[in-house]
Amino acid sequence: MPPFVLPFEKPFVELLTRVRELRVLAAGDPKLLGELARLEEKTAQVARDAYRELSPMQKLQIARHPERPYTLDYAARLLDDWVELHGDRRFGDDAAVVAGLGRYHGRSVVVVGHQRGRDADENARRNLGMPHPEGYRKAVRAFDLADRMGLPILTFVDTPGAFPGIAAEERGQSEAIAGSLAAMSRVRVPVVATIVGEGGSGGALAFAVANRVLVLEFGCYTVISPEGCAAILWRDAARAPEAAERLKMTAPDLLRLGIVDEVVAEPAGGAHHDHDEAARRLDRALSAALASLDSLSPAALADDRYRRFRAFGALVA
Amino acid sequence: MTAPDQPPPSRGANDARALGGGEFQRCEGCAAVHETRVFETTYEVCPACGHHHRLSPERYRRLLLDDATFAAWDTHLESADPIEFSADVPYPERIAAAQRETGARDAIETGRARLGGHDIAYGCFRFAFLGGSMGSVVGEKVARLFERAASARIPAVLLQTSGGARMQEGIVSLMQMAKTVGARERLRAACVPFVSVMLGPTTGGVAASTAFLGDVNVAEPGALIGFAGPRVIEATVGGRLPEGFQRSEFLLDHGMVDLVVPRAELRAALVRLLGHLRPPPAA
Ligand SMILES: [Zn+2]
Repeated sequence: MPPFVLPFEKPFVELLTRVRELRVLAAGDPKLLGELARLEEKTAQVARDAYRELSPMQKLQIARHPERPYTLDYAARLLDDWVELHGDRRFGDDAAVVAGLGRYHGRSVVVVGHQRGRDADENARRNLGMPHPEGYRKAVRAFDLADRMGLPILTFVDTPGAFPGIAAEERGQSEAIAGSLAAMSRVRVPVVATIVGEGGSGGALAFAVANRVLVLEFGCYTVISPEGCAAILWRDAARAPEAAERLKMTAPDLLRLGIVDEVVAEPAGGAHHDHDEAARRLDRALSAALASLDSLSPAALADDRYRRFRAFGALVA
Repeated sequence: MTAPDQPPPSRGANDARALGGGEFQRCEGCAAVHETRVFETTYEVCPACGHHHRLSPERYRRLLLDDATFAAWDTHLESADPIEFSADVPYPERIAAAQRETGARDAIETGRARLGGHDIAYGCFRFAFLGGSMGSVVGEKVARLFERAASARIPAVLLQTSGGARMQEGIVSLMQMAKTVGARERLRAACVPFVSVMLGPTTGGVAASTAFLGDVNVAEPGALIGFAGPRVIEATVGGRLPEGFQRSEFLLDHGMVDLVVPRAELRAALVRLLGHLRPPPAA
């Protein structure tokens, strides 16, 4: 499959391709090492310039990039002894949500995340990462299991939102999302959520009621998609870039508003250019976030989470 | 239907149905025209077809609560402008206009009240205020309602009608879902009951937070209740939705609500429930 390149990525991607070609050549010819260093420096400079001034909509395009790492990509890099769990024990197994057990720095953890597909077939199966009710109910099973076993919970948020379909409503989408919020509120274990891509509305929040919330550099988190917002405001989804500006949905906005605790820097040009490096950077932030919760008792962990979300709101003094 | 003895307050929300200078009202369900005073005695339920029209929080108070027992909480709370949102008009101006139109500060009223002699923590959303949307004020008042219910050990009764989260407060409005659900879960842990009443419409972020988390979920007949709006679903599936989709009776069929109760019987149903669900003494 040819690489998917966003228009504003082109200069950087072209340089990156040359760097990679030159790396192969330089491995067999040390005379090229100087040129390689110069090209790497130039590439980094182009990346810094190109990605510093991205608009919110361009950042969202990176967050939605089809080659971006997803939950299973992070699980493969961060965890040992991964065991995926399936099904909600009520209706079925939703492939838009991944839940499982793994060992993280020697400690067993429960992982829950949205899962998009890598190609058309997989995306059909995973519904582009848009869960049905059984996806949230599978997650609730995993959260309750973590609670009983005293295992920390790591979540990876990346979804356009809950799936707006007939079957989803028939099977109680609202109750399923609320049930996930409730389960995450209750658990007496450490919970760290990371917005790794697109945090779309209630379907994202359903996995993000955490003691610590991280966001990747190009991650976005919003109450409504900019397309949906533009359709409501101006009856014109094409004005999404304007809506994206107004919704304050990018990582720096989220940090300023206190919605997230930390922004995790991505590899040059975005996580999709280097899954391994993206995972290494997230690993450092995740392990620090977990360590910061080590001293809290089970009751204190639930209290800490309640206070965190209880404080959100902007009232006239 | 039993006509309650107090005269209902002025209508406001139903002006769109008015005919003949306000002397008559048209039913949105069957288009029958009845005298306005008939709709007043039925609390806006059509005598011909039973269609339930929107009712203001003031009139729900009169319909449901024991006389003069409502003591409002947190009436001073007003929303700030967390993301400095502006579409055609800045958000603070939208708020000010909604306040002028409704005479209310925001989209919910809460307070301590009695219902059939039972002390309760009571709340009712106000759809006329920006579609009953949940921003910082609604989130805060709902959270406090559950917290007060827990500390006083009195049941919470919350009447919900809302288009969902308040977009103009952006991500801060989304956080209200976690905040209200967290407070509701603390009430659950305290073994104090919560009766959720869904009015039409109840959708989006409010449907997906407290509405379905009642110990008992009650809905008014014919109310539109669901997460995604019907137009969004229609656009996704590319076709017409089944008859009755996302209506109260559909939710009853699919196991999502316990009771569908006509407005005329709502007070009696709540009294019966509260008679059974008495909070046990604190552990
Ligand atoms: Zn009628």
